[in-house]
Order: sequence, then structure tokens, then C-alpha cells
Amino acid sequence: MAKVVAVTGNEACANALRQVNPDVCGIYPITPQTDMMQRYASYISDGKVKTEPILVESEHSSMSACIGASAAGGRVITATSSQGLALMWEMLHIASGDRLPIIMPVVNRALSAPLNIHGDHSDAMGCRDTGWIQIWSENAQEAYDNTIQAFRVGEHMDIRLPVMVCMDGFIISHSIERMEYLEDAEVQNFVGEFQNLYPLLDLDKPKSYGPLILTDLYHEYKRAQHEVMLKVKNVVLDVAKDFEKMSGRKYGLFETYRLEDADIALVILNSAAGTSKDVVDDFRSRGIKAGLLKPRLFRPFPYEEIAEALKNTKAVCVMDRSDSFGGYGPLFMEISSALYQLQQKPALINKIYGLGGRDYLPSHGELVFNELNEIAKSGKINIIKEYIGVRE
Amino acid sequence: MATPLTLKELSKKEDLLTHGHRMCSGCGAPVVVKMVLMATEHPVIAANATGCLEVSTCISEYTAWKIPWIHTAFENAAATLSGVETMYRSLKKQGKIDKDVKFIAFGGDGGTYDIGFQSLSGAMERGHDMIYVCYDNGAYMNTGIQRSSATPLGADTTTCPAGSVIPGKLRARKNLTKIMAAHNIPYAAQASPSHWMDLMKKVQKAHSYEGPKFLNIIAPCNRGWRSKTNDAIALSRMAVNTCYWPLYEIENGVTKITSTPKEKIPVVEFMKPQGRFKHLFEPGNEALLQRVQVEVDAEWEKLKNAEKCGC
Ligand SMILES: Cc1ncc(C[n+]2csc(CCOP(=O)(O)OP(=O)(O)O)c2C)c(N)n1
Ligand code: SF4
Ligand SMILES: [Mg+2]
Repeated sequence: MAKVVAVTGNEACANALRQVNPDVCGIYPITPQTDMMQRYASYISDGKVKTEPILVESEHSSMSACIGASAAGGRVITATSSQGLALMWEMLHIASGDRLPIIMPVVNRALSAPLNIHGDHSDAMGCRDTGWIQIWSENAQEAYDNTIQAFRVGEHMDIRLPVMVCMDGFIISHSIERMEYLEDAEVQNFVGEFQNLYPLLDLDKPKSYGPLILTDLYHEYKRAQHEVMLKVKNVVLDVAKDFEKMSGRKYGLFETYRLEDADIALVILNSAAGTSKDVVDDFRSRGIKAGLLKPRLFRPFPYEEIAEALKNTKAVCVMDRSDSFGGYGPLFMEISSALYQLQQKPALINKIYGLGGRDYLPSHGELVFNELNEIAKSGKINIIKEYIGVRE
Repeated sequence: MATPLTLKELSKKEDLLTHGHRMCSGCGAPVVVKMVLMATEHPVIAANATGCLEVSTCISEYTAWKIPWIHTAFENAAATLSGVETMYRSLKKQGKIDKDVKFIAFGGDGGTYDIGFQSLSGAMERGHDMIYVCYDNGAYMNTGIQRSSATPLGADTTTCPAGSVIPGKLRARKNLTKIMAAHNIPYAAQASPSHWMDLMKKVQKAHSYEGPKFLNIIAPCNRGWRSKTNDAIALSRMAVNTCYWPLYEIENGVTKITSTPKEKIPVVEFMKPQGRFKHLFEPGNEALLQRVQVEVDAEWEKLKNAEKCGC
């Protein structure tokens, strides 16, 4: 039986983790994640979970310890944001290279300098090539649901990869929303018992983790990592199907909103997608065929499926809440790669919005849709990449 | 029951780091590791920092380790092993594992004194049940003999080369053993493979305590020290007998010198056979050479005083 609650994104995620009840967790503070693992620490102190915490002295050690714990054999979690994720970067590659299904909520926050604690996507985008699965969430409900599903995806015997579940710092992590919790038993049943694969603690069959592999086989190992990523999409969809049966909530590789017959569309991640849906409705009410696509699975990226979903549009704007300075926004690069394979492609532009927690307002979405409307009519693009919501 | 430390009994024990590894012939590090593992009762899980030992013992599809072993990166053997040990405690508490398991981390001096210092300090402070063994060869050997904070005063390395203006390393070593003891861990000690019985006793003693323990073990490297390939044991003995590398332990805060040289030999006798100190014997470098002896004497006096005052 679902329970309706009013909670923050951090609280929702902490509760999802409690319901899964993993064996070991790494804990280290960083805004805006701090509050999530603080809550988890209370569950430990109050005996509500069996989890052994490691109160590390840095995020680098947190990920190192999570890797050690996961290789030892058991379910492992941690959570972080921003500088913490950046400090983990070296170890993120090792977690995925060693095929360890560590689950990590990432509360998205800007990167220094200048120092800024608010929400943008620079942190998770900065480690999109680390071999982790990335699932993005619009609101607290999605962050909660995605966290629970992440265990099934990462721990799947055909996958065995670490998973980041992303949500927007403060906007979601610290805002109270109405959402539904599943029962503890339902979650437990859904994720099931942890299945070990080559645990270090199998003392009778000693294993060596982390060899030196040079020109003879490294290339093959990396291809194997690429190949396992190819299997992730189907697993994500299968897990989503099971999740829907239990919860009634439907998930895919991405969400489309009024996109079927749309002429113009936004592609936008996380919380700003919610704001943009209102703008879509507004344009629709004025007879303009606006739509939206919100990626959920960012790694691996569902190129073909997204191209298929956007193929009948005339003009698309990819909205990035982070930048690849000197390049296009990271989401834009993916969408443009996806669309390149189409015979007939929509016109494509890129807006950078909301860095360091700058508000994304409906008026920003309106401006973009108006521009797309013009482009759809004239076929002419003035500027491909542009910052919006900037104080001049 | 700990294995009696007699050659007869020890010879019956299986080598847990087997032959077939690719460390240079005459390298001190594998000797140290074998001694540590020989003094350890099964079962044991090891973590290894990136470095000579790690890159030479587990390559592609081959491993020289007969025990569960994990390497993740350079600066985090202690953090990695703290994760393994925590999972063990979690599963034990849940009744999913019943064996008693020992945990040992191996790191070189670079991976321990320098880049791994924070993660080591963190793991010791958190109280994980493990022995951290630093095999100290006094430089970043794997990357080609660069200076670390364990490199001895005056040594010629590739990043503090002895040149016409600067005669090698101008700073004394960091005293890591003392720093680790200052974490108030139950056991910290310094050992040498030349004194194998002393070394193994220290390993056994360390294992007898629950919680974090630290062993600093000198491990001659003939490539970096530019010495003969067959002198690792002789040089490590000379390091002890010159009091360059005193053998001592700090047990529950109490310092004890475990082997005092019958006759304290001048430190130049340890230095002469090593090419890394060759320039110090040339005219003009007398003062630096003299300073090496002064520093060794001062440290030795401090250690004797610490033993005397029971602190
Ligand atoms: C973060 C990081 N920085 C640098 C290196 C390069 N590196 C690998 S091994 C090594 C030297 C290891 O020295 P030490 O710990 O003393 O062990 P030794 O090789 O002397 O046995 C260095 C610098 C690395 N692997 N990772
Ligand atoms: S370079 Fe030195 S430490 Fe490294 S394997 Fe050779 S002798 Fe041993
Ligand atoms: Mg070294």
C-alpha cells in the first residue's frame, strides 16, 4: 500500500536507501547532499538498518572504501555532490572497470571556481565518461523511484555496473513535495537478496582484483565494458516494467511530453523539465505544437530511440545546465549525435541555463519556444549556442 | 596458535606470494612481503597501493598472490582495505560469515608517506582492524627513482639529482613511524628483513591486537640505491647497525628498542656501497655527509630517551 508523504528529495532518497538496507555505506558531508547521509546515519544509530557505515576522511576515500567493500562482496552505497564527485573521479573509473554495482545518489551542484553550492549539472556531466550508468530525476518521486530501480539495474547479473542517480541540488533535494512511498517489504522484495560475484571474502577461492594490463588485453577489457553498456537499456526497461507493476508509475529511457505531433521541442533534464511542461501547455493552448523530451537514462545514451522520438519535429532546442567550455553543452552534443543519423533532421540549437542555481523561469522557456517557432517557419538559425537568463 | 618462529616450522609454510612475480632480482620488497605473510596465520586479505610491488605481482591473467588481493589506486590502499574490512564486519554481524580474517595493506613509501598519507591517517583514526605495512625503499621506484618524503638526506634521485649546484636531497626524512604512533594505535614498529625473527615477531604482535597497526619495513632497491643485486639483506642489516634504521616498537604508547647494535657503525658504511650517495664522498660535500651522521645520531638519541622515559 502506497503511503502519501510530503518530503524533500534528500529525505526521499535516504528513505529509499533505508528500505533497501545495504551492507555498507560511505558517508562524507557536502552540500546539498549532506542531509541525505545524515538522515541515513540516524537510521544506523537508531538500529533501523543493518548497514555498517564508513565515516571516511574524504570522498576519494569514500569511493575507495566503497570499492573495497563491494569487491569484498555485498551491497554498497554512498552519496555525494559537486567537489566530492570531482574528488572521486579517479576512483569512479575503477569502480566501473572492476564492474562493482555501487549505488550513488548524486545531488547535482555546480563546480568551483567560483565556489557555489547550488544546483547545476556540471558535476555529473563531468564524469559521464567514467563508465557509470547515469539515471536522472525530475523530482523527489523520481529520485526515490530511480534509486530503488538502480539496485536492480546495477546488480543485474548481465550488467554489474555502478549507478549514479541524479537530482537537482536544493531545487529537489531541499524542497518539500507530495510523493508516494512504497512499503518496506515491497522494496525489499523488489530489489531482492544481493547476489555475489567473485567476492574477495570467498577465502577458499582467492581472487586478485585490479591487475596491471597493458597493450595485450586492455583494449579488450574496455570493449567488454562498451558491450555491457549496450545491454543496459533493455535491463532498464525490464526493471521499469516490474516497477510499474508494483507502483503504478511508468518509466522509460526518457519521457516525452506532448511530443507525438510537435513541431518544436525542448530537450531538458531534471527539475527544469517540470517548469517547461507548463510552458508547453501554454503554447499548446495557443495552438502552437510544442513538446518536450526529458532524458532519464543518460549513460548509456539511447541515441536511436531519441532520434526516433524527435524525427518529426522541425526545430529543437537542447537545454544544458552545464557547459563544456569551448564546446557545446554536453546534452546538446548527445542529441546532435543522435539526430545526425536521420535523413531529415530538425534544426537544432543549444541554450545554457541555470548555472550555479540561477532560476529557470517559465519566461525563459517561452523565449526559447518563440525562437524555435521562428526557426521552424524560416529554417534560419541565428546562433547555435547561447547563454540565457544572463544578467547583462 | 601462531606458528613458532623457527626455520624448521617456517619452512613448512606455503609461500603466499609465489615465485613468478616480476620484481627485479635482488629486490627487498618481495622478501618483506613473504616474511609478513609467513608470520600471518590464515586467512588473510591484502590490499596493495600502486607501485613496484603491485605492478610486478599481478599482470594480465597472472597473479602471484595466493590470498585474496585487491589493488585499486596509488593513494588509497588503507581506504580500500578499510572498505573490505567493513564489509567483513557487516557480514559477520549478520551471521553471513564466521571465519576470523586478517587484513594487511602493503604500500611503498611514496604511497604511504606522501600521496597515501591522508587515507592512511583516516583508516588508522577510524580504528579498522588491519596492519598497514609500508615497504620503504626511499623513493618512487616504479616511476624511476623520484624523491619521496622518505628519501634520505643527501640522496641522488631523478627529481633531486645531485648536480653542480644542488647536491641531492636537502631535507631529512619524515619520521612516519612516530607519526603513526601518534595516532594512538596499539602497535607501531620499524623492522628490517635482515632481522627476520624480529620482523616476524612484530607481525605476530601486531596481529595479536585488534584495531589499526602500522609496520614500517626497510626494503632495499638495488635499482634506486644503485647497489649490487645480492646485497639487499646486507644493506638492510647495515641500516640497522648504523642506527640509520633503528629497530623499535611503540606498543600502547611505550617505546622499546628491539635490537641495539653491538657496535654503532658510522653511517657512511651504509652509504658507501650505494651509488645514490656517491657524490657525497666527493670533495666539497663533506658538510652534507657530516650532517647525515648528525641527523642519525640525533634521532637515535631521541629514540633512546623515549625508551628510557617509558614514552
Ligand atoms: C594519483 C597517481 N599519481 C601518480 C601515479 C604514478 N605512480 C605510480 S607508482 C608511483 C611510485 C610508487 O612509489 P612507492 O609508493 O614508493 O612504491 P615503489 O614503486 O617505490 O615500490 C607513482 C608516482 C599514480 N599511479 N597515481
Ligand atoms: S626498481 Fe627497486 S623496488 Fe622496484 S622491483 Fe626493482 S629493485 Fe624492487
Ligand atoms: Mg618507494
